[in-house]
Amino acid sequence: MTARPRLVVVQVLILALFGTLLVRLWYIQLASGDTYREQAEDNAVEDVIVQPERGLIVDAMGRPLVANRASWVVSVDRTELAKLGDSDQSAVLHRVADTLDMSYADVFGRSRLCGEAGAPEAPRCWNGSPYQPVPIAEDIAEDVAIAIQERSEDFPAIEARQLSVRDYPEPFGVNAAHLLGYLTPITADEYEQAQANDDTTLNAGSLVGRSGLERAYDRYLRGQPGTKGVEVDAHGRTIGDGPVRPPQPGDTLVTSLDARVQSVVERELAKAIHIARHTRDEVTHRNYEATSGAVVVLDPHDGSVIATASYPTYDPNVWVGGISQRQLSELYDKRSGEPLLSRPTQAQLAPGSTWKPFTAAGALDHGYHRSDRLNCSSSLLVGDRVFDNYESASYGPITFAQALQLSCDTFFYRIGYDKWLDAGADSGDVQARDVLVGNAKNFGFGSPTGVDLPGEASGRIADRRWKRAYWEDNKDYYCKLGKKQEYDYEHVFAREFCVDGWRYRAGDAVNFAIGQGDTIVSPMQLAVGYGALANGGTLWEPRVGKAIVDPAGHVIRRIEPRRAGRVPVSRANLRYIDRALLGTSTIGTMAWKMGGFPLDEVHIRAKTGTAEVYGKQTTSWLATYDRNYVVVMMVEQGGTGSGTSGDAVRHIWESLYGIRGTKVDRDRAAIPGARPPRDLPRFETDGNIRPPESIEMITR
Amino acid sequence: MTAVAPARTRVSTPSTPALWRRVDWWLLGSVGALCVIGCLLVWSATVSQIDLTGGDDTAYLAKQATNVVVGAGLAVLVAATDHRWLRIWAPAVYLISIVGLGLIFVPGIGTTINGSRSWLSIGAMTLQPAEFAKLGIVVGMALVLAERAEGRLRTRSTGTDLVPALAIAALPAVLILGQPDLGTLIVLTAMVFGIIALTGAGKRWLVGLIAAGGAAVAGAIAVGVLADYQLDRFRAFTDPSLDPKGAGYNTIQSRVAVGNGGLFGQGLFDGSQTQAGFVPEQHTDFVFTVAGEELGLFGAGLIIVLFTIVVWRALRIARDAPDLFGRLVAVGVACWFGFQAFQNIGMCLGIMPITGVPLPFVSYGGTSMFAALMAVGLLVNVHLRTYHRHGLGVIVRSHLNRSRR
Repeated sequence: MTARPRLVVVQVLILALFGTLLVRLWYIQLASGDTYREQAEDNAVEDVIVQPERGLIVDAMGRPLVANRASWVVSVDRTELAKLGDSDQSAVLHRVADTLDMSYADVFGRSRLCGEAGAPEAPRCWNGSPYQPVPIAEDIAEDVAIAIQERSEDFPAIEARQLSVRDYPEPFGVNAAHLLGYLTPITADEYEQAQANDDTTLNAGSLVGRSGLERAYDRYLRGQPGTKGVEVDAHGRTIGDGPVRPPQPGDTLVTSLDARVQSVVERELAKAIHIARHTRDEVTHRNYEATSGAVVVLDPHDGSVIATASYPTYDPNVWVGGISQRQLSELYDKRSGEPLLSRPTQAQLAPGSTWKPFTAAGALDHGYHRSDRLNCSSSLLVGDRVFDNYESASYGPITFAQALQLSCDTFFYRIGYDKWLDAGADSGDVQARDVLVGNAKNFGFGSPTGVDLPGEASGRIADRRWKRAYWEDNKDYYCKLGKKQEYDYEHVFAREFCVDGWRYRAGDAVNFAIGQGDTIVSPMQLAVGYGALANGGTLWEPRVGKAIVDPAGHVIRRIEPRRAGRVPVSRANLRYIDRALLGTSTIGTMAWKMGGFPLDEVHIRAKTGTAEVYGKQTTSWLATYDRNYVVVMMVEQGGTGSGTSGDAVRHIWESLYGIRGTKVDRDRAAIPGARPPRDLPRFETDGNIRPPESIEMITR
Repeated sequence: MTAVAPARTRVSTPSTPALWRRVDWWLLGSVGALCVIGCLLVWSATVSQIDLTGGDDTAYLAKQATNVVVGAGLAVLVAATDHRWLRIWAPAVYLISIVGLGLIFVPGIGTTINGSRSWLSIGAMTLQPAEFAKLGIVVGMALVLAERAEGRLRTRSTGTDLVPALAIAALPAVLILGQPDLGTLIVLTAMVFGIIALTGAGKRWLVGLIAAGGAAVAGAIAVGVLADYQLDRFRAFTDPSLDPKGAGYNTIQSRVAVGNGGLFGQGLFDGSQTQAGFVPEQHTDFVFTVAGEELGLFGAGLIIVLFTIVVWRALRIARDAPDLFGRLVAVGVACWFGFQAFQNIGMCLGIMPITGVPLPFVSYGGTSMFAALMAVGLLVNVHLRTYHRHGLGVIVRSHLNRSRR
C-alpha cells in the first residue's frame, strides 16, 4: 500500500518546514540579531529636539539686557485634533478651557486659523503655520501645565511645554527695544536653506533674530539644539526616557552699551519730546509735533556705541511667545509713529547747521585759510534768489570760528557759492569735482557707517550726480504735472524741474553748504562724523558688540573696532574747528543752555542745528562731544537745536561726568571714572557676571 | 441497531490497557503546553495595550483561559464520541460550517475585520466559520472517501472517489476565497492535498491537483478576486522596504520584534517592541513575535518543537489508525496544524507572505481555539480506537460494520 510511504513523505515535508522555521528563527535572532536590536531601539526611541537657551546680551558692565526665562505654554496640535471626532474635539477644548480657567469660545478661537470658518478676529485666531502647535495660553502656572502633561489621555492633541523665552531685565528701566531687536519663528525658506547647508543650529522650531543685536549676532546667540530620546509606543505616546544629547546654550554677547547711560538717554529723549509737544512753534503757530527722536552716544576713541535711544519705542515683550497681527500692525503704523523704526540708524533728515563744521573743514582744506573773514550779512543774492541769514541777523566780517559759534548761514552760503563756481557751476557735468561734496564723503556721509546693527540707512549727498539721477527718475511725472495751466508753487516748480531739473544750481550748492536741501543724514552718521572731529580725524565703524563669551565664561572673540577711514583734513584745521566748537558752548548758540555747567572741567564742543523741512516743522539737531564721548540728539519736527535738545543733552553730559550743579565727580559718573571700560565684565563659574576690573577699582 | 452500537465500543476487552495508558500523552502534553504558553503570550501582548483591555490587565488572559477550558471540554466531547456517531455528525458539522460561511455574506451578520469578511457577529460574540470549515472539510472528506473506498473493500481511492471529495472541499473553499481569506485557503489546500495523497490516489491525480491549484491562483489574481491589499502584502513580502509604513510594516516590525529577542529573550512582559505595540495584531496572528521577543530563541524554538511533536503524533495516529476514515482524519488534522503553524510562524519570520491565519492553540481567539482543540479531540478519538482493532483489520471490520447495518 502507498499510504505508509506517503505518510513518511508528509512527515518529512512538515519536519523540513519546521526545520526551516528553526533555522530562520536562529538567523533572525542570533545571526543578524544586532541589526534588529538596533532597529528595535530606533523604533522605540524618538528624538525630540530640545531647543537651546539663547545667549545673553549684556552691557559693558555685565548687566543682562536680554536674558531668558522659562514659560509654560499650552498648545494644540491641529493635526492631532483633526483626527478626533467633532464631539471629542469640543470635549477636549472644553476640558482645556476649564483647566486653564478660560472661556471655551476663547480656547476654540485661539485654535482656529485666521480666515477659517468660525475663526474670530485677529489676534485671537492663529496667524502662524497650521502645522506648528498652536499656542492657546502662555505663561501658565506650572502645576496646571504639569496636570495637563500627566493627564495626556484626557488631553489628546494638547501639549504643555516649557519654553525658554526672551526676558528683559530692564536694568535702570532701559528699554532699548530697537537696539536689542526681537525674534520670530524661522520661515520655511530659512529652514530649507539651513537643511541644504546642513546647518544643525536651526530647526523647524527655531526662533531667529529679526532685528537689532538679536539679528546681527544671531549666529552666536542661537546655540546648538540638543535631542532628548523619548521612548514611544506604536501610537507615539511617551512611555519612557531615552538617551539625551543636551543642547548647547548660545554664547553671550558683551556689548559696549551702558545700561545707566542708556536709561538716562532714553529718559531725556522722552522728556525733551514731551516738552516739545507742549511748546508753541512760532513759525507754524501750533505746538511742535515732535513725532520722533533719537540720541546716539559714542566713544570717539574706537566708535563703541555707549547708548542709543529711539523714540517712539515699544515693549519688546510683545514679540515673546508670538506677536498678534494687531500688535504687529501697530508697530508699523504711521499713526503710532512707527515705533519699529530705529531712528538712530534709520531716520534720515537734513542735518541743518550741524553740517557746518564739515563745510568749514572742506573750505579750510581747499582754498580758505583759518585767518580768513567773510561777511555774515543778513542775506545773500545767489543767482536770482535771495538767501536770508537765520532770523536775518547781520554780524559783518567774521572768522570761521565765529561763523560756527553763531551759526551764520550767509557766511557758508558764500563758501558754497564759491566752490560751486570752482566746480563749473551748473555745467551739468556729473563728474565735476566739488570739494565740499568730496569732503562730505570723506566724513562718511552718503554711505552706511557699518554699525553692527542691521537695516542701517545710508543717508544721501545731494550732489550733481544725484540731481541728474533724480531728474531722470522723476521728470516724466513733473513734466506731465507742469502741463496744467496753473500757477501755484507746485506747478511752477514742476515746469522748471521738467526743463532743467538736472542742473545743480547755485541754490543747491549754498543749501548744501549749510546742511539744507536734499542732503540727509542719520543721527549715527552725524555722530561718527563728529567722532572724527573729536579724535583728530579717524572715522570708526560704530560697534555695539564688544565680545563673544561662551556659556562657560571664556572669551571666544573680541569684536575689534574697525577704522572706516581717515579724514584727509589737516590736523591744524581739525584742531581749529574743534576749538571753535568749544566756543559754541561758552559764547555761541549753545551757551544759553550751558549756564553754570563746569565747562572748564568738561570741555564740551557743540553745534546746534535747526533744519527746515518743506511742509513740516523744523528738525532739532544738537551735536556735542568731548574727548571721551560724542552725544548727538535729533528731534523730528521738534523746533530749534538748542531750544528743544539743549537741556536733554546737558543732562546727559551731567550724568556722563557725575556733575551735580557745578561740581564734577567722575567716580559718581554713569560710567564710574567717566571713561567706558576697555576690559570686559568678568564671568564667574557660578554664573555671576561682575563688572570689569577697571570699574571695580574705581568703585571700591 | 444504531442504538446498540455505542454500547459496544465502551466494552473494554481485557487486553485493552487502562484509559490513562492508552491516551497519547505526547500529543496532549504538547497541546497543553502550547495552550499555556499561548495564554501567557496573549497576556503579555495585551497587558500594555490599554485601548484593547480597557484598563483590565488580565482581561485577555481570562478570556483566552476560558477559550482553552471551553475548547478542552469540546475536545473531550469529541474524543469520547463513538466514531460512528462522528460519521453521523460529520455532515452536520460540515453543513453548519457551510451555512456559517454563507451567512458571512449577509450584511449585518458578517463583519469585516482587517479587510476580510471572515467574522460572524452573533450578539456580543464573533465567530470565524472558516475555522469550523476546516473541521468540516477534514471530517467530510474523510467520510466520503472512506465510505466509497470501504464500500468497495479497497484501501485506496480511485479517481471517481476523488471528485465528490474534492467537491466537499471546493464549496467552502470558494466561500472562503470570496471573503477573501487567503491564509485559510492555503491551509485548506494543504489539508486537501494531504488527505488526497493519503487516500492512495495515483500520482497523476496529485500532479493534476497541483496544476489545478496553480491555475486557480493565477486565475484568481487575473480575475481580480484578490484585493489590492492582498497583492500588496505579497509584493511587500518580497521587498518590505517598498512600503515600510504600509504593506511592509507588519513584515518589518514583526521581524524586528523577533530579532530583538536574541537567545533568551527580553523576558515575559519585558519586550520593548511588544509592550510598545509596534507589531499590529500581536495577540492574534502575530502572537509568535511575542514569544520571539520575550522568550528568545529558546522559547520560540520550543513552540516550533511542540508543534513538531503534535504533527509527529498526529501522523503516528494516522499510521496506526484502525480505518481509512480515522487515517484520513488524522492526516488532515496533521496537515492542518503543520501548515497553519508553518504559515503563521513563517509570516512572523518573514519567509511567508502575510495572510491572516492564527497560530493554533496559541493565538487569541475562541473559534480557532475551539476548532483546533476539537481537532485534537478527533485525533484522540481515532487514537483510542486503535486499541479496539480486531485482528481482521480495517477493511473487513468496516465492511462487516456496514453489512450489519
